[in-house]
Amino acid sequence: MELPVKTSEFLKQTGEASAFAGRFFKEAFRPRYEIAEFTRQCFVIGYKSFPLIGLTGFIMGLVLTIQLRPSLIEYGVESQLPAMVGIAIVREIGPVITALIFAGKIGSSIGAELGSMKVTEQIDAMEVSGTNPFKYLVVTRVLAATLMLPVLVMLGDAISLFGSYLGVNIRGVTSFNLFYTQVFDVLAFGDVLPAFIKSFFFGFAVGIIGCYKGYYSAKGTEGVGQSANSAVVVSSIVIFIIDLVVVQITDLLNLN
Amino acid sequence: MREQTLIQAEKEKETGRDVMVVKHLFKSFGSNKVLNDFNLTLGNGENLVVLGKSGSGKSVLIKCIIGLLTPESGIIEVLGQQITDLDHDELDKVRAKIGFLFQSNALYDSMTVRQNLEFPLRRHWMQVTQQEVDQLVQEALEDVGLAHTINMMPAELSGGMRKRIALARTLILKPEIILYDEPTTGLDPITGKEIIQLIMTIQKKYRSSSVIISHDMNCVRLAADRIVVLIDGRCYAQGTYDELKRNGDPVIHQFFE
Repeated sequence: MELPVKTSEFLKQTGEASAFAGRFFKEAFRPRYEIAEFTRQCFVIGYKSFPLIGLTGFIMGLVLTIQLRPSLIEYGVESQLPAMVGIAIVREIGPVITALIFAGKIGSSIGAELGSMKVTEQIDAMEVSGTNPFKYLVVTRVLAATLMLPVLVMLGDAISLFGSYLGVNIRGVTSFNLFYTQVFDVLAFGDVLPAFIKSFFFGFAVGIIGCYKGYYSAKGTEGVGQSANSAVVVSSIVIFIIDLVVVQITDLLNLN
Repeated sequence: MREQTLIQAEKEKETGRDVMVVKHLFKSFGSNKVLNDFNLTLGNGENLVVLGKSGSGKSVLIKCIIGLLTPESGIIEVLGQQITDLDHDELDKVRAKIGFLFQSNALYDSMTVRQNLEFPLRRHWMQVTQQEVDQLVQEALEDVGLAHTINMMPAELSGGMRKRIALARTLILKPEIILYDEPTTGLDPITGKEIIQLIMTIQKKYRSSSVIISHDMNCVRLAADRIVVLIDGRCYAQGTYDELKRNGDPVIHQFFE
């Protein structure tokens, strides 16, 4: 019995992407190490994404607080607003929303950059110039994405909580100290650690999928566009799948 | 000892030994046989043009020579080294002696002209000092007449300038063999002619051998010492421009019409 074309294509791509990820681990630990390019990528992927992550995080915290307030007033637990928003941001919304924005910005840019390099023979030129393009382009970008996303998640969470503090004070008066005491009183180690660990996996997924889509981009400008687009779509889906798996694992380990 | 080696090398240069030998080369993509028992030799200091229609496998041939593609079978011997038998590090050492001018120029968009030129230098010659790098970059840019573009980005340059910068990057390692993939494609006839004249001047200066892939007859006429006609994956005919032009074969004649 033959598989439908779409299913077999899906399985083929999944297999190729897995082999690509396997090659990443093989190449990442072998010299020569591209330290300068890795540092540059940390700057491009991490530092340059910070304004966007910061802005969206701020708005997210503010909006979430404003939206939650009426429901909490209805149940008479308005005082729990900082604790509730804090848990929601740190455990779930912060890492996932930051990862999705990161996928949109970095996944598409890696997909498009590597795709256009492939189409214009720049990857071949690198190989002819005595450089392993996989190491120089893929390993550096994937490592930078894996290490930078957790940092961005932490910064995003902090800004988001500040947004929430301002949101609380729009219709009430809560001191800075009281707000943060309430937030940190309810946050436990089991809230922070899984969220922090899963953001490494989110970063790896965005980096490896962006690189895979760009590195095997079809010829022509249409192929570059498709690479950028599918890098974002596939990364976003994979982020939700990872999130689902991590939630199940933390639930099994009673970390909730 | 070193002196003897140098004398030997000089003698070999003068006797015009083959710097590249391709024998019984086969390469296919699926059921499409692109190279089918292809043979070629390149003499020292020779300008060899591989002539063929679009899609006839000319670019595949030079990508096999530089090791970007692996042939199914056959021998590719470059400067005495069998390319297909080399590991990655050995291949890089041979590649340092071969220049490759890509059809699309393949300049790195995110780097300045200076960084584009420095890239192969830093990669192949790790012990090189900054002073030597600056000197070599300057010299290569002067060779192509574009010293003033050193801090510009590739996007700021015209098509002809980008081709010249790509040529400068090819020359910076002072290669013994240069492979040109359609050097005049996408250029207007005047700029194309300038590029060919530049290639000729540079070849005289560096005394390099070259394989030029082209279907531009102006380029072929000006640059070729010898022409190999690639049809159906084989070497269909070879000779000088005048010999092939006089050839009565209608298949060859269509290139000269």
